[in-house]
Amino acid sequence: MNPHWLIAPILVPLATAALQLLLGERRRGMAAVLGMVSGLAVLAVAAGLLLTANDTPLAYRIGGWPARFGIVLVADRLSALMLLLAATLAVALLPCTLDRWRQPDGAVQPLTQFLLVGLNGTFLTGDLFNLFVFFEVLLAASYGLALRRPGVRQVGAGLHYIAVNLVASLLFLVGVSLIFGVTGTLNMAALAQLVPQVPANTRALLHAGAGLLGVAFLVKAAMWPLGFWLPRTYAAVAPPVAATFAIMTKVGLYVLLRLSLLLFGAGAGAASAGFGGSWLVWGGIATIIAGVIGMFGTRELGELAGYNVVVSSGSLLGAVGVQQGTVIAGALAYLVISTLALATLFLLAGLIAPREEAESAALLEPYDPSGLALYADEDESQPSVPAPVRLLGGCFLLCALLLAGLPPLSGFLAKFALLAPLLGAGSAAQVLFGLTVAAGLCTLIALVRAGIRIFWSEGDWVFPATRPGAVASVLILLAVCGVLTVLAAGPWRYALATSAQLHAPAQYIRAVLP
Amino acid sequence: MELVLALAIGVLAGCGVWLMLRPRTFQAIIGLTLLSYAVNLFIFCIGGLRTGADPVLRAGAPLTQYADPLPQALVLTAIVIGFATTALFLVVLLASRGASGNDHVDGPDGTP
Repeated sequence: MNPHWLIAPILVPLATAALQLLLGERRRGMAAVLGMVSGLAVLAVAAGLLLTANDTPLAYRIGGWPARFGIVLVADRLSALMLLLAATLAVALLPCTLDRWRQPDGAVQPLTQFLLVGLNGTFLTGDLFNLFVFFEVLLAASYGLALRRPGVRQVGAGLHYIAVNLVASLLFLVGVSLIFGVTGTLNMAALAQLVPQVPANTRALLHAGAGLLGVAFLVKAAMWPLGFWLPRTYAAVAPPVAATFAIMTKVGLYVLLRLSLLLFGAGAGAASAGFGGSWLVWGGIATIIAGVIGMFGTRELGELAGYNVVVSSGSLLGAVGVQQGTVIAGALAYLVISTLALATLFLLAGLIAPREEAESAALLEPYDPSGLALYADEDESQPSVPAPVRLLGGCFLLCALLLAGLPPLSGFLAKFALLAPLLGAGSAAQVLFGLTVAAGLCTLIALVRAGIRIFWSEGDWVFPATRPGAVASVLILLAVCGVLTVLAAGPWRYALATSAQLHAPAQYIRAVLP
Repeated sequence: MELVLALAIGVLAGCGVWLMLRPRTFQAIIGLTLLSYAVNLFIFCIGGLRTGADPVLRAGAPLTQYADPLPQALVLTAIVIGFATTALFLVVLLASRGASGNDHVDGPDGTP
């Protein structure tokens, strides 16, 4: 593909957001059409990048400046995969924006487009400072989205979220400037060339900078003990927003994966190779444990989904820390499936609203099994479950199977791909293996418990009138997971090629600095 | 000069961290501001401290007498972004004060 296409995933949502702001609140329909066009355009570009990705990453030098001095965008297999995932999520969540979630939606559509600008920029940028800039774009949009829902609890959760992320951004800046002080460049490819040559007396400073940078991303990826903000925030925001946020922990993981293999891979010299790997493995293990405990401790479906984010993030952090070929491929497969499944779970948590919040909404016939004479004579007619409840119940079941990693859906394939290579990768990886299996079981128990309480118990929960857009989004997301189950071979080959490319940073360096 | 600057950054960062850990939202935002001052100074001095040096190359001027312009560009961006996010945080702080009726970071009764 022509490298000029690389700027499209950033420019298209940016222009769309500006137009949507101009259209304003009144013409929501036209704004939604614009959002749809933008989402589909970015999806098409991302799919094109993914299908034409080969061993030579594409590099786009903005303004034609040489990469060491100018700004450069790079798309290799990993970037293309993340772009496609973000675009798929954005398109799948578009029908949701057509529903009204209790409040007039204000600037939700433009903010979502700005979020997409930040996400795509983060996945494409080739230097650390633009990574910071796009990260801030992403965060600023997410602050706006997090605060769309008024209420004491929501504002409180938003306050904590913003404070934590501002401190993390400051750590990010300190890390970036330390790395710049040691090496004199912020271009990732140039850094990868320079890391093996850093003199021994400043290597500790480089490691300190990289460590601080890592902490900033670990806050995003919600590693224990940096992730306490996540479940409360995600439970407090509106469900479609929480579903969009499902990809934000994955941004932290993307950067950790990119930097740890590019800067501290096998070619970084004996003193730096594998820097931070064991921290990530043990941190991931602690994160899984903390997430599972939280999962059992909560009664609210939104928070349960938040702790599920923490658990999947823990497994991925551990896998990134192991830094071995097929583990990374498995981690990529798991990253895609868990993002889609978690977004579905957040949407479902919004559709199955707890009673006190649903009181004002128009209600369906409450499902009350005790009134249906379940244990009466055999020839009684079947209890009639309203069709929307059946549909939501079915979706919840599929979602639980995906998240717990049970066959026959793609969750199982992804988890198997992640787990199989872990067994032969050292003792810490084996602990991670055991915990990931146990976390799958615990996820299943927690979700089954929630499902029994929601769908079988006596009227503890009631369903607000169905929101057709949100149901359509849930079905699209589940359909994507279904397609990935049937056509698993192609994506898996792609994941293997991606991990091979990540382990050969020479390709990346050659593409950026010819 | 290095010692003075290092002490200034250290004192600012120390005060910022202490204030960030306080329970009132106003203290938290002042703490964040002080921390971002410390970080901005840190970025500014990372290219090395020189007085009276040119930031832009001139014909004939020796490269040793030349201040690295990149940290200055970085610090400008960081200041702008930090200013915008602090302003946003201030709005959220006021909203929280209005919604919960007091200025504790954990809401009305001090419990999250």
